Amino acid sequence: MTLDFARRVEVPLRLNGRDLTTVVAPRSTLLDWLRDDIGLTGAKKGCNEGACGTCTVLVDGRRMNGCLTLVVQCAGRSVTTVEGLAAMRGAGPGGTGGGSPPCTEKVGGELHPVQRAFAEHDAFQCGYCTPGQLMSAVACIAEGHATDDASVREWMSGNICRCSAYPQITEAVLAAAREPAADDRAGR
Amino acid sequence: MRDFAYARAGTAEAAAGALADPRTSVIAGGTELLNWFRLGIAAPDRVVDIGGLDELRRIDRDGDELRIGALATLNEIGEHPLVTQAAGALASACLQAASAQIRNRATIGGNVLQRTRCPYFRAEEPLPWPCSKRDPGSGCTSLAGRHERQAIFGWTQECVAVQPSDPAVALAMLDAQADVLGPAGPRTIPMREFHLTQREAADVGQPMRETRLEPGELITGYRLPVSADGQAYVKVRERASYEYAIVSAAAAVRLDGARAGGARGQRIATARVALGSVAQRPWRLTAAEAGLPGAPLTREALIPVIERAMADAVPLPQNGFKVLMARNAAVRALLTAGGAR
Repeated sequence: MTLDFARRVEVPLRLNGRDLTTVVAPRSTLLDWLRDDIGLTGAKKGCNEGACGTCTVLVDGRRMNGCLTLVVQCAGRSVTTVEGLAAMRGAGPGGTGGGSPPCTEKVGGELHPVQRAFAEHDAFQCGYCTPGQLMSAVACIAEGHATDDASVREWMSGNICRCSAYPQITEAVLAAAREPAADDRAGR
Repeated sequence: MRDFAYARAGTAEAAAGALADPRTSVIAGGTELLNWFRLGIAAPDRVVDIGGLDELRRIDRDGDELRIGALATLNEIGEHPLVTQAAGALASACLQAASAQIRNRATIGGNVLQRTRCPYFRAEEPLPWPCSKRDPGSGCTSLAGRHERQAIFGWTQECVAVQPSDPAVALAMLDAQADVLGPAGPRTIPMREFHLTQREAADVGQPMRETRLEPGELITGYRLPVSADGQAYVKVRERASYEYAIVSAAAAVRLDGARAGGARGQRIATARVALGSVAQRPWRLTAAEAGLPGAPLTREALIPVIERAMADAVPLPQNGFKVLMARNAAVRALLTAGGAR
């Protein structure tokens, strides 16, 4: 019954389609680990308290705040960041773009439809919130909540844009949702 | 964030066992706990993770009882057909809480244990001002400073904070029971008694106590009677989404008989109503519940009943507006629950 409390914990997980095992201090947040240990700086540290959404990533296909998630809570789970989004393009349901390059490489090539929609609709000004907006949008579409303006605004409310590009972001999410099979790419 | 040692619990019993050591915190989703760690509100030596206990995640129905595991997330509850059908006010409260990404992590067990959003309380240590919640007996800076968002019921000179949980208001209104596990074994706590006002806590000689949960106890789930009553959760806030309530109200209404032409003019058979963010606990308006049966479902009929039930409100100098706002929220929740326009 007695639990074994440890100060270093081995955590196996999948990051952007690649399996790896990391050893962390239990207090390491997913956000700090991604940025400082792995070098994936797409997820941003805005408020570091769950208020701004700019650290949003997918864990088992569900959007979550990287700053409110410990790495140890991701054991056995699949994490997708904005760097893995282009690789998710064309991945079928249940896939995270298997056979993709190492997770630390910035993937070039064709953009994910949600990224393309953001570019086409000018859905940003400074771009700081964009990685979080993109990941949240991918999930919002996969959840079936990108049905109309009001629903997108409600279900994207966890991502703050201080430049206030909300009308363009809303348009981009709705446009991406209209693309066939856009919801197959949530990386579950 | 201070470092801590970490273990995953294989069973709820093992987690509760580890909690017997007061230097231990339990983590489920972590959306509240990690911010406590950052601010110094909690600084445990050990953290036990119950997130892997899938048996505490279930939502199911057992006869006339809806059962919700403590680890079900707010999004899972808010969109679950059993909950939307039999406990609509709870589903609505869950989906009006926080943001979509927080609701994917935040659990219903942890949600009711979140602490006040009072900005004087939620500051990084060392606190530059007194706060009895952070430093017992030091006093309440909010009382002398800004307090427009604070309590209108049950506060003391020591603390004027409110409990901000949305789901807790619905759970109290729906007569839910919390199942808890502790050193003395399992027991249940009615959700309408789960939280304590500052006055109630002072009366039992523990002025800063916030819940009836004993040290070492863990919430494992909730049980609530399946209800066919019309239900609603009304949340009044400064922006349309992703914001804490200024006030809120949960209501369930059953009307007498059926009448063609809609609910307007029909009479109330039974009604339940609770206010949120007006005290350090959900505030059931029991006097109104006793007075509403037989009343027509109209704004004009509801207002005086709600006003009488709120006559013991003691607003602070800056939050008198909350009395009217809460009254209107209660009336709107009852009208919506009853199906009136």
